Amino acid sequence: MAVWVHLAIIVVVLAGAMVAAAGLTWGERRGLALLQDRWGPNRVGPLGVLQPVADGIKLILKEDWVPPGADRLVFVLAPCVILTTTLLSFSILAFAPGLVVADLNVGLLFFLAMSSLGVYSLALAGWSSGNKYALLGGLRAAAQMLSYEVFMGLSVLGVVLMAGSFNLTKIVEAQQHLWFCVPQCLGMVIFFLAGLAETRRIPFDLPEAESELIAGYHSEYSGMKFGLFFIGEYLGVMVISALMVTLFFGGWQGPLLPPVVWFLLKTVAFVGLFILLRAALPRVRYDQLMAAGWKIMLPLALLNLVVTGGVLLAAGPPAP
Amino acid sequence: MIRLLLGIWQVFLHLFAPRATVSYPEQRVYVPPRLRGRIILSRDPSGAERCVACYLCSAVCPVDCIALQSAEDETGRRYPEWFRINFSRCIFCGLCEEACPTLAIQLTPDYEMSEYRRENLVYEKEDLLIDGPGKYPDYDFWRVAGVEIGGKEKGEAENEAPPVDLRDLRP
Repeated sequence: MAVWVHLAIIVVVLAGAMVAAAGLTWGERRGLALLQDRWGPNRVGPLGVLQPVADGIKLILKEDWVPPGADRLVFVLAPCVILTTTLLSFSILAFAPGLVVADLNVGLLFFLAMSSLGVYSLALAGWSSGNKYALLGGLRAAAQMLSYEVFMGLSVLGVVLMAGSFNLTKIVEAQQHLWFCVPQCLGMVIFFLAGLAETRRIPFDLPEAESELIAGYHSEYSGMKFGLFFIGEYLGVMVISALMVTLFFGGWQGPLLPPVVWFLLKTVAFVGLFILLRAALPRVRYDQLMAAGWKIMLPLALLNLVVTGGVLLAAGPPAP
Repeated sequence: MIRLLLGIWQVFLHLFAPRATVSYPEQRVYVPPRLRGRIILSRDPSGAERCVACYLCSAVCPVDCIALQSAEDETGRRYPEWFRINFSRCIFCGLCEEACPTLAIQLTPDYEMSEYRRENLVYEKEDLLIDGPGKYPDYDFWRVAGVEIGGKEKGEAENEAPPVDLRDLRP
Protein backbone atom coordinates (compact mmCIF):
# COMPACT_ATOMS: atom_id res chain seq x y z
CA MET A 1 0.00 0.00 0.00
CA ALA A 2 1.37 3.41 -0.94
CA VAL A 3 2.43 5.66 1.92
CA TRP A 4 0.02 8.43 1.03
CA VAL A 5 -2.92 6.03 1.05
CA HIS A 6 -1.91 4.95 4.51
CA LEU A 7 -1.57 8.56 5.65
CA ALA A 8 -4.98 9.33 4.19
CA ILE A 9 -6.50 6.43 6.15
CA ILE A 10 -4.89 7.69 9.36
CA VAL A 11 -6.19 11.22 8.81
CA VAL A 12 -9.68 10.00 7.92
CA VAL A 13 -9.90 7.68 10.93
CA LEU A 14 -8.50 10.27 13.36
CA ALA A 15 -10.70 13.09 12.08
CA GLY A 16 -13.69 10.79 11.85
CA ALA A 17 -13.21 9.55 15.40
CA MET A 18 -12.89 13.05 16.84
CA VAL A 19 -15.84 14.42 14.88
CA ALA A 20 -17.94 11.39 15.78
CA ALA A 21 -17.03 11.72 19.47
CA ALA A 22 -18.00 15.39 19.42
CA GLY A 23 -21.16 14.51 17.55
CA LEU A 24 -21.91 11.81 20.08
CA THR A 25 -22.09 14.40 22.87
CA TRP A 26 -25.01 15.80 20.92
CA GLY A 27 -26.30 12.39 19.91
CA GLU A 28 -26.37 11.12 23.46
CA ARG A 29 -28.15 14.19 24.82
CA ARG A 30 -30.62 14.07 21.96
CA GLY A 31 -31.15 10.32 22.26
CA LEU A 32 -31.59 10.44 26.02
CA ALA A 33 -34.05 13.28 25.64
CA LEU A 34 -36.06 11.42 23.04
CA LEU A 35 -36.20 8.38 25.30
CA GLN A 36 -37.41 10.58 28.15
CA ASP A 37 -40.23 12.29 26.21
CA ARG A 38 -38.21 15.47 25.74
CA TRP A 39 -36.68 17.07 22.65
CA GLY A 40 -33.09 17.63 23.72
CA PRO A 41 -30.77 20.25 22.22
CA ASN A 42 -32.44 21.19 18.93
CA ARG A 43 -31.68 24.89 18.54
CA VAL A 44 -28.11 25.26 17.28
CA GLY A 45 -28.15 24.48 13.59
CA PRO A 46 -30.54 22.02 11.93
CA LEU A 47 -31.85 19.58 14.59
CA GLY A 48 -29.20 21.01 16.92
CA VAL A 49 -26.27 19.21 15.27
CA LEU A 50 -24.04 22.25 15.77
CA GLN A 51 -24.47 21.99 19.54
CA PRO A 52 -21.01 20.34 19.94
CA VAL A 53 -19.46 23.37 18.21
CA ALA A 54 -21.13 25.70 20.67
CA ASP A 55 -20.11 23.44 23.56
CA GLY A 56 -16.55 23.31 22.26
CA ILE A 57 -16.30 27.09 22.00
CA LYS A 58 -17.68 27.39 25.50
CA LEU A 59 -15.28 24.81 26.96
CA ILE A 60 -12.24 26.34 25.26
CA LEU A 61 -13.11 29.85 26.42
CA LYS A 62 -13.44 28.71 30.04
CA GLU A 63 -10.74 29.56 32.53
CA ASP A 64 -8.10 26.83 32.61
CA TRP A 65 -8.12 26.31 36.35
CA VAL A 66 -5.98 23.98 38.42
CA PRO A 67 -7.12 23.70 42.03
CA PRO A 68 -4.62 24.67 44.73
CA GLY A 69 -3.28 21.50 46.33
CA ALA A 70 -3.43 19.61 43.06
CA ASP A 71 -0.43 17.94 41.51
CA ARG A 72 -0.17 20.23 38.50
CA LEU A 73 1.73 18.01 36.08
CA VAL A 74 -0.31 14.86 36.72
CA PHE A 75 -3.52 16.86 36.83
CA VAL A 76 -2.88 18.20 33.34
CA LEU A 77 -1.57 14.93 31.92
CA ALA A 78 -4.36 12.67 33.19
CA PRO A 79 -7.07 13.73 30.69
CA CYS A 80 -4.59 13.47 27.83
CA VAL A 81 -3.83 9.85 28.72
CA ILE A 82 -7.41 8.62 28.39
CA LEU A 83 -7.85 10.43 25.09
CA THR A 84 -4.60 9.04 23.71
CA THR A 85 -5.16 5.44 24.75
CA THR A 86 -8.72 5.40 23.45
CA LEU A 87 -7.68 7.00 20.17
CA LEU A 88 -4.90 4.41 19.83
CA SER A 89 -7.54 1.69 20.12
CA PHE A 90 -9.08 3.08 16.94
CA SER A 91 -5.94 2.21 15.02
CA ILE A 92 -6.67 -1.53 15.10
CA LEU A 93 -10.31 -1.32 14.03
CA ALA A 94 -10.99 -2.80 10.60
CA PHE A 95 -13.69 -0.62 9.07
CA ALA A 96 -13.65 -2.40 5.71
CA PRO A 97 -11.30 -4.72 3.84
CA GLY A 98 -8.02 -2.75 3.73
CA LEU A 99 -9.43 0.25 5.58
CA VAL A 100 -7.47 -0.18 8.80
CA VAL A 101 -4.72 1.99 10.27
CA ALA A 102 -2.57 -0.77 11.78
CA ASP A 103 -3.36 -4.31 10.66
CA LEU A 104 -1.66 -5.79 13.73
CA ASN A 105 -1.48 -9.53 14.12
CA VAL A 106 -2.16 -8.98 17.85
CA GLY A 107 -4.81 -6.31 17.30
CA LEU A 108 -7.17 -7.52 19.99
CA LEU A 109 -4.37 -7.74 22.55
CA PHE A 110 -3.38 -4.20 21.63
CA PHE A 111 -6.92 -3.03 22.35
CA LEU A 112 -6.94 -4.80 25.73
CA ALA A 113 -3.58 -3.23 26.58
CA MET A 114 -4.78 0.25 25.63
CA SER A 115 -8.01 -0.03 27.58
CA SER A 116 -6.00 -1.19 30.60
CA LEU A 117 -3.71 1.81 30.28
CA GLY A 118 -6.77 4.05 30.33
CA VAL A 119 -7.25 3.29 34.00
CA TYR A 120 -4.09 5.25 34.79
CA SER A 121 -5.82 8.35 33.55
CA LEU A 122 -8.76 7.98 35.93
CA ALA A 123 -6.77 6.87 38.95
CA LEU A 124 -4.19 9.62 38.50
CA ALA A 125 -6.86 12.25 37.82
CA GLY A 126 -8.61 11.30 41.05
CA TRP A 127 -5.37 11.23 43.00
CA SER A 128 -3.86 14.46 41.66
CA SER A 129 -7.00 16.56 42.19
CA GLY A 130 -6.42 16.88 45.94
CA ASN A 131 -10.10 16.19 46.56
CA LYS A 132 -11.66 13.39 48.61
CA TYR A 133 -14.47 12.70 46.19
CA ALA A 134 -12.12 12.67 43.25
CA LEU A 135 -9.84 10.26 45.08
CA LEU A 136 -12.75 7.95 45.89
CA GLY A 137 -13.83 8.09 42.25
CA GLY A 138 -10.30 7.29 41.12
CA LEU A 139 -10.11 4.34 43.51
CA ARG A 140 -13.42 3.01 42.31
CA ALA A 141 -12.37 3.45 38.70
CA ALA A 142 -9.17 1.52 39.31
CA ALA A 143 -10.92 -1.35 41.12
CA GLN A 144 -13.79 -1.54 38.63
CA MET A 145 -11.71 -1.37 35.49
CA LEU A 146 -9.14 -3.88 36.71
CA SER A 147 -11.88 -6.33 37.77
CA TYR A 148 -13.75 -6.06 34.52
CA GLU A 149 -10.60 -6.08 32.44
CA VAL A 150 -9.97 -9.66 33.54
CA PHE A 151 -13.05 -11.26 32.09
CA MET A 152 -13.25 -8.84 29.20
CA GLY A 153 -10.04 -10.46 28.00
CA LEU A 154 -11.40 -13.94 28.74
CA SER A 155 -14.71 -13.30 27.00
CA VAL A 156 -13.10 -12.47 23.66
CA LEU A 157 -10.81 -15.51 23.79
CA GLY A 158 -13.67 -17.71 22.58
CA VAL A 159 -13.83 -15.60 19.44
CA VAL A 160 -10.07 -15.77 19.08
CA LEU A 161 -10.18 -19.57 19.38
CA MET A 162 -12.85 -19.83 16.71
CA ALA A 163 -11.18 -17.39 14.34
CA GLY A 164 -7.68 -18.64 15.07
CA SER A 165 -6.26 -15.11 15.14
CA PHE A 166 -6.02 -11.92 17.18
CA ASN A 167 -6.13 -9.93 13.95
CA LEU A 168 -9.48 -8.15 13.57
CA THR A 169 -9.53 -8.47 9.79
CA LYS A 170 -9.09 -12.25 10.11
CA ILE A 171 -11.77 -12.39 12.79
CA VAL A 172 -14.25 -10.64 10.50
CA GLU A 173 -13.34 -12.89 7.60
CA ALA A 174 -13.89 -15.94 9.81
CA GLN A 175 -17.52 -14.85 10.29
CA GLN A 176 -18.39 -15.14 6.61
CA HIS A 177 -20.89 -17.96 7.13
CA LEU A 178 -22.00 -17.48 10.72
CA TRP A 179 -21.67 -14.41 12.90
CA PHE A 180 -19.98 -15.23 16.20
CA CYS A 181 -22.94 -13.80 18.13
CA VAL A 182 -24.61 -17.23 17.67
CA PRO A 183 -21.94 -19.66 18.91
CA GLN A 184 -20.42 -17.09 21.27
CA CYS A 185 -23.61 -15.52 22.63
CA LEU A 186 -22.44 -15.91 26.23
CA GLY A 187 -19.11 -14.32 25.37
CA MET A 188 -20.97 -11.52 23.60
CA VAL A 189 -23.12 -10.68 26.63
CA ILE A 190 -20.11 -10.80 28.95
CA PHE A 191 -18.04 -8.66 26.62
CA PHE A 192 -20.82 -6.10 26.34
CA LEU A 193 -21.25 -5.86 30.13
CA ALA A 194 -17.51 -5.59 30.58
CA GLY A 195 -17.48 -2.91 27.91
CA LEU A 196 -20.15 -0.98 29.78
CA ALA A 197 -18.03 -1.13 32.92
CA GLU A 198 -14.85 -0.35 30.99
CA THR A 199 -16.32 2.85 29.56
CA ARG A 200 -17.86 3.73 32.95
CA ARG A 201 -21.35 3.98 31.53
CA ILE A 202 -24.61 3.64 33.43
CA PRO A 203 -25.38 1.17 35.04
CA PHE A 204 -21.68 0.85 35.93
CA ASP A 205 -20.81 4.54 36.25
CA LEU A 206 -19.70 4.26 39.87
CA PRO A 207 -16.42 6.16 39.40
CA GLU A 208 -18.38 9.26 38.45
CA ALA A 209 -21.59 8.63 40.39
CA GLU A 210 -23.13 12.09 40.57
CA SER A 211 -25.37 11.38 43.52
CA GLU A 212 -22.61 10.12 45.80
CA LEU A 213 -19.28 11.45 44.47
CA ILE A 214 -20.28 14.75 42.79
CA ALA A 215 -18.54 13.74 39.56
CA GLY A 216 -15.95 11.29 40.86
CA TYR A 217 -12.49 11.52 39.42
CA HIS A 218 -13.26 14.57 37.26
CA SER A 219 -14.88 16.63 40.02
CA GLU A 220 -12.11 19.23 39.89
CA TYR A 221 -11.82 19.41 36.12
CA SER A 222 -13.26 22.23 34.09
CA GLY A 223 -12.91 23.68 30.64
CA MET A 224 -11.34 21.64 27.89
CA LYS A 225 -9.63 19.25 30.32
CA PHE A 226 -13.10 18.16 31.39
CA GLY A 227 -13.99 18.06 27.70
CA LEU A 228 -11.12 15.63 27.07
CA PHE A 229 -12.51 13.23 29.67
CA PHE A 230 -15.84 13.35 27.93
CA ILE A 231 -14.42 12.91 24.47
CA GLY A 232 -12.44 10.00 25.91
CA GLU A 233 -15.58 8.42 27.30
CA TYR A 234 -17.45 8.76 24.02
CA LEU A 235 -14.49 7.45 22.06
CA GLY A 236 -14.52 4.48 24.44
CA VAL A 237 -18.21 3.91 23.77
CA MET A 238 -17.53 3.92 20.04
CA VAL A 239 -14.55 1.55 20.36
CA ILE A 240 -16.58 -0.93 22.41
CA SER A 241 -19.47 -0.70 19.94
CA ALA A 242 -17.13 -1.16 17.00
CA LEU A 243 -15.51 -4.17 18.70
CA MET A 244 -18.91 -5.69 19.43
CA VAL A 245 -19.63 -5.40 15.71
CA THR A 246 -16.23 -6.72 14.71
CA LEU A 247 -16.06 -9.64 17.12
CA PHE A 248 -19.65 -10.83 17.23
CA PHE A 249 -21.70 -9.24 14.46
CA GLY A 250 -19.73 -9.86 11.32
CA GLY A 251 -17.92 -6.54 11.09
CA TRP A 252 -18.33 -4.99 7.65
CA GLN A 253 -20.18 -7.97 6.21
CA GLY A 254 -23.68 -7.42 4.90
CA PRO A 255 -25.61 -7.44 1.64
CA LEU A 256 -26.05 -4.64 -0.90
CA LEU A 257 -24.52 -1.68 0.96
CA PRO A 258 -20.76 -1.00 0.86
CA PRO A 259 -18.75 -2.60 3.73
CA VAL A 260 -17.95 0.71 5.48
CA VAL A 261 -21.61 1.64 5.59
CA TRP A 262 -22.50 -1.73 7.12
CA PHE A 263 -19.78 -1.35 9.72
CA LEU A 264 -20.87 2.18 10.66
CA LEU A 265 -24.56 1.23 10.72
CA LYS A 266 -23.96 -1.66 13.11
CA THR A 267 -21.71 0.49 15.28
CA VAL A 268 -24.32 3.23 15.48
CA ALA A 269 -26.88 0.63 16.54
CA PHE A 270 -24.68 -0.42 19.45
CA VAL A 271 -23.99 3.17 20.44
CA GLY A 272 -27.77 3.57 20.49
CA LEU A 273 -27.98 0.56 22.79
CA PHE A 274 -25.49 2.22 25.15
CA ILE A 275 -27.71 5.31 25.25
CA LEU A 276 -30.85 3.22 25.71
CA LEU A 277 -29.28 1.42 28.68
CA ARG A 278 -28.32 4.75 30.19
CA ALA A 279 -31.90 5.93 29.90
CA ALA A 280 -33.38 2.72 31.28
CA LEU A 281 -31.20 1.38 34.07
CA PRO A 282 -30.31 2.64 37.55
CA ARG A 283 -26.76 2.55 38.84
CA VAL A 284 -25.75 -0.71 40.56
CA ARG A 285 -24.37 -0.76 44.08
CA TYR A 286 -20.62 -1.06 44.50
CA ASP A 287 -20.68 -4.47 46.21
CA GLN A 288 -23.11 -5.71 43.55
CA LEU A 289 -20.71 -4.55 40.87
CA MET A 290 -17.75 -6.35 42.41
CA ALA A 291 -19.73 -9.49 43.28
CA ALA A 292 -21.18 -9.71 39.78
CA GLY A 293 -17.75 -9.25 38.29
CA TRP A 294 -15.81 -11.80 40.29
CA LYS A 295 -18.48 -14.34 41.28
CA ILE A 296 -20.64 -14.51 38.16
CA MET A 297 -18.95 -13.00 35.12
CA LEU A 298 -15.48 -14.44 35.64
CA PRO A 299 -16.67 -18.07 36.12
CA LEU A 300 -19.05 -17.69 33.18
CA ALA A 301 -16.28 -16.32 30.97
CA LEU A 302 -14.00 -19.20 31.98
CA LEU A 303 -16.81 -21.70 31.33
CA ASN A 304 -17.39 -20.17 27.92
CA LEU A 305 -13.70 -20.43 27.12
CA VAL A 306 -13.44 -24.04 28.29
CA VAL A 307 -16.55 -25.16 26.41
CA THR A 308 -15.45 -23.38 23.23
CA GLY A 309 -12.02 -24.90 23.47
CA GLY A 310 -13.43 -28.38 24.13
CA VAL A 311 -15.84 -28.21 21.21
CA LEU A 312 -13.13 -26.97 18.86
CA LEU A 313 -10.78 -29.69 20.05
CA ALA A 314 -13.45 -32.33 19.48
CA ALA A 315 -14.22 -30.94 16.02
CA GLY A 316 -10.60 -31.26 15.03
CA PRO A 317 -8.37 -28.66 13.33
CA PRO A 318 -10.28 -26.10 11.21
CA ALA A 319 -10.14 -26.36 7.45
CA PRO A 320 -7.38 -24.08 6.15
CA MET B 1 -33.63 -10.54 34.16
CA ILE B 2 -36.72 -10.75 31.96
CA ARG B 3 -38.24 -7.83 33.81
CA LEU B 4 -35.05 -5.86 33.28
CA LEU B 5 -35.30 -6.41 29.54
CA LEU B 6 -39.01 -5.54 29.60
CA GLY B 7 -38.13 -2.30 31.35
CA ILE B 8 -35.54 -1.46 28.72
CA TRP B 9 -38.12 -2.20 26.03
CA GLN B 10 -40.62 0.11 27.72
CA VAL B 11 -38.04 2.89 27.73
CA PHE B 12 -37.36 2.22 24.06
CA LEU B 13 -41.06 2.61 23.27
CA HIS B 14 -40.92 6.08 24.77
CA LEU B 15 -38.94 7.08 21.70
CA PHE B 16 -42.29 7.27 19.94
CA ALA B 17 -44.35 8.72 22.78
CA PRO B 18 -45.69 12.27 22.57
CA ARG B 19 -43.29 14.89 23.89
CA ALA B 20 -43.77 16.60 27.22
CA THR B 21 -41.67 19.57 26.15
CA VAL B 22 -43.36 22.65 24.69
CA SER B 23 -41.06 24.12 22.01
CA TYR B 24 -41.43 27.56 23.49
CA PRO B 25 -41.04 30.36 20.96
CA GLU B 26 -43.00 28.42 18.32
CA GLN B 27 -45.53 26.79 20.63
CA ARG B 28 -46.83 28.54 23.69
CA VAL B 29 -48.45 27.31 26.88
CA TYR B 30 -51.90 28.50 27.84
CA VAL B 31 -51.54 31.51 30.11
CA PRO B 32 -54.29 31.83 32.73
CA PRO B 33 -55.70 35.38 32.88
CA ARG B 34 -54.81 35.66 36.55
CA LEU B 35 -51.17 34.63 36.08
CA ARG B 36 -48.89 36.86 38.12
CA GLY B 37 -46.57 38.41 35.55
CA ARG B 38 -45.38 41.90 34.61
CA ILE B 39 -46.69 44.57 37.01
CA ILE B 40 -48.59 47.57 35.67
CA LEU B 41 -50.21 50.72 37.09
CA SER B 42 -53.76 51.22 35.87
CA ARG B 43 -56.00 54.24 35.40
CA ASP B 44 -59.57 55.16 36.36
CA PRO B 45 -62.43 54.83 33.89
CA SER B 46 -62.07 58.61 33.67
CA GLY B 47 -58.44 58.27 32.64
CA ALA B 48 -56.82 59.58 35.83
CA GLU B 49 -54.12 57.69 37.64
CA ARG B 50 -55.45 55.32 40.27
CA CYS B 51 -52.35 55.29 42.44
CA VAL B 52 -52.64 57.47 45.54
CA ALA B 53 -49.01 56.91 46.63
CA CYS B 54 -49.94 55.34 49.96
CA TYR B 55 -46.71 53.27 50.05
CA LEU B 56 -48.59 50.10 51.04
CA CYS B 57 -47.22 48.15 48.07
CA SER B 58 -43.73 49.32 48.84
CA ALA B 59 -44.16 48.39 52.50
CA VAL B 60 -45.57 44.93 51.84
CA CYS B 61 -43.07 44.00 49.15
CA PRO B 62 -41.00 41.15 50.61
CA VAL B 63 -37.99 41.89 48.41
CA ASP B 64 -38.22 45.70 48.53
CA CYS B 65 -38.35 46.09 44.80
CA ILE B 66 -40.94 48.91 44.74
CA ALA B 67 -39.91 52.50 45.37
CA LEU B 68 -41.99 55.65 44.94
CA GLN B 69 -42.30 59.26 46.01
CA SER B 70 -45.69 60.76 46.85
CA ALA B 71 -46.87 64.21 45.91
CA GLU B 72 -50.13 66.18 46.09
CA ASP B 73 -51.84 68.03 43.30
CA GLU B 74 -53.77 71.33 43.71
CA THR B 75 -57.00 69.53 44.69
CA GLY B 76 -55.28 67.63 47.48
CA ARG B 77 -55.16 64.32 45.65
CA ARG B 78 -52.06 62.26 46.28
CA TYR B 79 -50.19 60.80 43.33
CA PRO B 80 -46.75 59.25 42.87
CA GLU B 81 -44.15 61.74 41.69
CA TRP B 82 -42.10 58.81 40.50
CA PHE B 83 -42.74 55.10 40.77
CA ARG B 84 -40.05 52.52 40.22
CA ILE B 85 -40.14 48.71 40.21
CA ASN B 86 -36.91 46.78 40.00
CA PHE B 87 -37.96 43.62 38.15
CA SER B 88 -34.58 42.00 38.67
CA ARG B 89 -35.60 41.65 42.32
CA CYS B 90 -39.35 41.17 41.92
CA ILE B 91 -40.53 37.65 42.77
CA PHE B 92 -44.03 38.16 41.32
CA CYS B 93 -45.71 37.21 44.59
CA GLY B 94 -48.65 39.57 44.02
CA LEU B 95 -48.68 40.97 47.56
CA CYS B 96 -48.54 44.53 46.19
CA GLU B 97 -51.70 43.89 44.22
CA GLU B 98 -53.45 42.58 47.33
CA ALA B 99 -52.26 45.52 49.43
CA CYS B 100 -53.34 48.21 46.99
CA PRO B 101 -56.45 50.07 48.30
CA THR B 102 -57.23 51.65 44.93
CA LEU B 103 -56.64 48.59 42.69
CA ALA B 104 -54.00 50.64 40.90
CA ILE B 105 -51.13 48.16 40.88
CA GLN B 106 -51.96 44.93 39.05
CA LEU B 107 -50.11 41.86 37.83
CA THR B 108 -50.66 40.87 34.20
CA PRO B 109 -50.18 37.54 32.39
CA ASP B 110 -47.18 38.89 30.42
CA TYR B 111 -44.03 37.01 31.39
CA GLU B 112 -41.72 37.76 28.44
CA MET B 113 -39.59 40.52 29.84
CA SER B 114 -36.02 39.20 29.53
CA GLU B 115 -33.27 41.75 29.02
CA TYR B 116 -29.58 41.54 28.23
CA ARG B 117 -28.79 44.41 30.60
CA ARG B 118 -29.83 44.33 34.22
CA GLU B 119 -30.50 48.08 34.27
CA ASN B 120 -33.22 47.65 31.70
CA LEU B 121 -35.22 45.64 34.22
CA VAL B 122 -35.77 48.75 36.34
CA TYR B 123 -39.16 50.04 35.16
CA GLU B 124 -40.06 53.69 35.74
CA LYS B 125 -43.55 55.12 36.08
CA GLU B 126 -43.93 55.79 32.36
CA ASP B 127 -43.07 52.12 31.67
CA LEU B 128 -45.54 50.87 34.26
CA LEU B 129 -48.53 53.13 33.63
CA ILE B 130 -51.05 51.83 31.13
CA ASP B 131 -53.89 53.73 29.52
CA GLY B 132 -56.78 51.53 30.68
CA PRO B 133 -58.38 50.31 33.89
CA GLY B 134 -56.80 46.86 33.78
CA LYS B 135 -58.76 44.05 35.41
CA TYR B 136 -61.41 46.31 37.04
CA PRO B 137 -63.05 48.33 34.26
CA ASP B 138 -65.67 50.15 36.40
CA TYR B 139 -63.86 50.84 39.63
CA ASP B 140 -63.12 54.44 40.55
CA PHE B 141 -61.58 54.88 43.99
CA TRP B 142 -62.53 58.54 44.42
CA ARG B 143 -66.18 57.75 43.73
CA VAL B 144 -66.43 55.35 46.70
CA ALA B 145 -63.79 56.69 49.08
CA GLY B 146 -64.78 58.54 52.24
CA VAL B 147 -61.98 61.02 51.76
CA GLU B 148 -62.31 64.74 51.40
CA ILE B 149 -60.40 66.38 48.61
CA GLY B 150 -60.60 69.64 46.72
CA GLY B 151 -63.92 69.80 44.86
CA LYS B 152 -65.54 66.92 46.82
CA GLU B 153 -66.77 67.02 50.39
CA LYS B 154 -67.11 63.89 52.54
CA GLY B 155 -70.26 61.93 51.82
CA GLU B 156 -70.77 63.31 48.34
CA ALA B 157 -69.33 60.37 46.48
CA GLU B 158 -71.16 57.42 44.94
CA ASN B 159 -72.10 54.69 47.50
CA GLU B 160 -70.94 56.98 50.30
CA ALA B 161 -73.08 57.80 53.36
CA PRO B 162 -72.92 61.39 54.69
CA PRO B 163 -70.55 61.72 57.65
CA VAL B 164 -71.83 61.28 61.20
CA ASP B 165 -72.40 64.47 63.19
CA LEU B 166 -69.97 64.07 66.08
CA ARG B 167 -71.85 66.50 68.36
CA ASP B 168 -75.21 64.74 68.05
CA LEU B 169 -76.04 61.81 70.32
CA ARG B 170 -79.18 60.70 68.41
CA PRO B 171 -78.94 57.51 66.42
